[in-house]
Amino acid sequence: MTMMRNIKIKGLLAAILGMTAITSGANGATAEGVLHPERNEYTTTGIFGKWDIPSLQRGLQVYVEVCSACHSLDLVAFRTLEDLGYNEDEIKAIAVEYEYNDALDDDGEPMFRPGIPADYFPAPFANEKAARAANGGALPPDFSTLVKAREHLSFLPWNSVYGEDYVVALMTGYHDEAPEGVEMTPGLYYNDYFAGNQIAMAPPLFDDMVEYADGTPATIHQMAYDVANFMAWASDPTMQERKEMGLNVMLFMIVFVILLYFTNKRVWKKVKKGDDIDPSKL
Amino acid sequence: MASDKKFEPTNPTVKWVEDRLPIFGLLYSSLGAGYNAPRNLNYWWNFGVLAGFMLVVQIVTGIVLVMHYVPDVNLAFDSVQHIRRDVNYGWLLQAVHANGASMFFIVVYIHILRGFYFGSYKAPREILWFLGIIIYLLMMATGFMGYVLPWGQMSFWGAKVITNLFGAFDFIPFIGDGIVEWLWGGFAVGQPTLNRFFSLHYLLPFVLVGVVILHIWALHIPGSTNPLGIDANGPYDKIPFHPYYTAKDAFGLGVFIIFFAAFVFYIPDFLGHPDNYIKANPLVTPEHIVPEWYYLPFYAILRAIPDKLLGVVAMFSSILILFAMPWLDGSRVRSMRFRPLSKFFFWLFVVNGIFLGYLGQRSPDDVLALGVTALVYAQFATTFYFAYFLVIMPLVSRMETTKPVPTSIAAAVLEANKKG
Ligand code: HEC
Ligand code: HEM
Repeated sequence: MTMMRNIKIKGLLAAILGMTAITSGANGATAEGVLHPERNEYTTTGIFGKWDIPSLQRGLQVYVEVCSACHSLDLVAFRTLEDLGYNEDEIKAIAVEYEYNDALDDDGEPMFRPGIPADYFPAPFANEKAARAANGGALPPDFSTLVKAREHLSFLPWNSVYGEDYVVALMTGYHDEAPEGVEMTPGLYYNDYFAGNQIAMAPPLFDDMVEYADGTPATIHQMAYDVANFMAWASDPTMQERKEMGLNVMLFMIVFVILLYFTNKRVWKKVKKGDDIDPSKL
Repeated sequence: MASDKKFEPTNPTVKWVEDRLPIFGLLYSSLGAGYNAPRNLNYWWNFGVLAGFMLVVQIVTGIVLVMHYVPDVNLAFDSVQHIRRDVNYGWLLQAVHANGASMFFIVVYIHILRGFYFGSYKAPREILWFLGIIIYLLMMATGFMGYVLPWGQMSFWGAKVITNLFGAFDFIPFIGDGIVEWLWGGFAVGQPTLNRFFSLHYLLPFVLVGVVILHIWALHIPGSTNPLGIDANGPYDKIPFHPYYTAKDAFGLGVFIIFFAAFVFYIPDFLGHPDNYIKANPLVTPEHIVPEWYYLPFYAILRAIPDKLLGVVAMFSSILILFAMPWLDGSRVRSMRFRPLSKFFFWLFVVNGIFLGYLGQRSPDDVLALGVTALVYAQFATTFYFAYFLVIMPLVSRMETTKPVPTSIAAAVLEANKKG
């Protein structure tokens, strides 16, 4: 019995050791000069994580009014804005602001039509070449999965980089001038958090750039935080549903496993101690 | 030994079927009260059943995913996103399948190491062990091809790096030259590659089912060994699989499902790579190309050797060497409980394996502790890996003085009970 425990403890230790080993290096790769994004607070974190509806709505506004000039959001349909707390009419009103020319008229000519909830956010540029041409050769990445694509999770929480934090940090990490000794490529901007520190995106946010309907002061940090929340939703729109179901599954499984534990104990009761064994016959 | 107790149906319908197709008897004698197992199996013996559970989970979720997935280089990435966003419970299926692959490997690694520790590979279970290695190789191939399907950056570049390895065999006359193009179905990783990987990724799990059936068949000839490693021949050494091990496995399965669910519901991306959230782009090479975590130790071995061909040979040998274990280990005692020195080296081997995994995700010229590069550490760890099989195991197993082994399982149970 003690031997058994011995194996288990050692196994566990080995596993923990391995995990820390594997992780501690995971983010050691960050290059010199690039800072680790600070951890912000979100309502979405933790096992009870919920969408921060007011922030998501503000984030949508920032995206629509600022970022959508350059960044597409190909995989998000207007109908899914339901998650942001909008009702059908509100969603229709958002969609109708956009124009699509994918329909044909009776003569077979492309015809313009207003957007409907089933449509997806239109891209600002017709194709990658056009996007690069308008951005000094750099490609503004699509936002649909960007937060997930910048999320580097590690066994050590303080080593992890969360996509939302990265977006906030990137928006607020610009310097007017590059630190001394850094040779800047023309057309690039110094940023503390971008890999290599030189980013082709000009600082996109300025204080009071948007006017929030709910009166929240539109500081750079506030807008960055809101759009980060919105982008996190776009990358992982089933987060809340997932965590809600997770809680039910976990509660059910824990009760069920406790029952299984006692069932098993009871089944083994006699056999475990060898009460069925006749020592004279061994 | 497969059927210790015969199945005698009382229900007339069951009897009618049983007389014509003895399928109930087969189940009864392999998973029911008709199959006897040693009475002292611990929870490490739960992992075979867990592996079987994972195989079923992967097949069931996979089949439903295929109903919505599109194997087209332009559409694959978006179709996976479509599954996660629009398909009813698609996010759940996708998270279960993607994390399921990792769970499957965790379970199988423990299952294999259980075999190492308790000498399960030794006579008379060699063929059972070989079938296990074949299963493992098939799993590696299936996992690799599955990872390519979402056609993200890591999918694409991983496929490219791994298939390129076969270029090491270009010295073989006739087939060598074109082997990589043959695997790709063209001059680059592209649509034909995705199509064939999809086809094989769907096929191989069913091949796995077949080999798993052989595996269990082979298991039921001698039956399971046990933590003491002695044969279960005495009158009280075995108990019926049902209800004892069905109850025990059900509890273990429940605990495992909680572990699995924690990943699926709370950290579904923890085991994945963020770059796979970026569509494959043949023109942009990711900064670090790393395979899935379960291949990392072997990737480290591959890169530890500067010569491409030798690296590839070392990588494949590191798994194929398992086939030789029944003969490399010459000990008459199976379980390491009675082989203290072997046990010590076993744990060293485990730690070394984890360390190799760590090195597999570093780039070789990263400087680690003591100012030594990852490459040099990987060379040491690779040397130890092979030395474990080729030097330590043959010598230690033959020279070690083993501790006294109990006379029977039943006697050991009574003995343990006396001690309390
Ligand atoms: C004038 C065009 C433009 C606007 C407006 C713009 N961006 Fe960008 N953005 C770019 C370009 C170009 C890049 C690519 C930069 C590079 O690769 O150097 C980029 C890259 C990014 C990245 C990715 C950085 C990385 O790690 O690769 C993020 C995140 C981002 N932008 C967020 C935003 C947000 C949030 C907004 C709105 C507040 C916004 N951008 C507005 C042009 C723009
Ligand atoms: C799909 C993957 C696999 C499945 C479903 C599977 C299934 C099983 C089951 C149900 C058992 C009996 C229960 C147990 O001992 O845990 C078993 C035993 C065993 N398996 Fe596997 N297995 C798989 C992979 C492997 C692999 C990869 C290996 C080794 C390379 C392996 C080697 C063994 C051995 C040696 C035993 C006998 C153990 C003993 O009696 O001590 N199996 N397997």
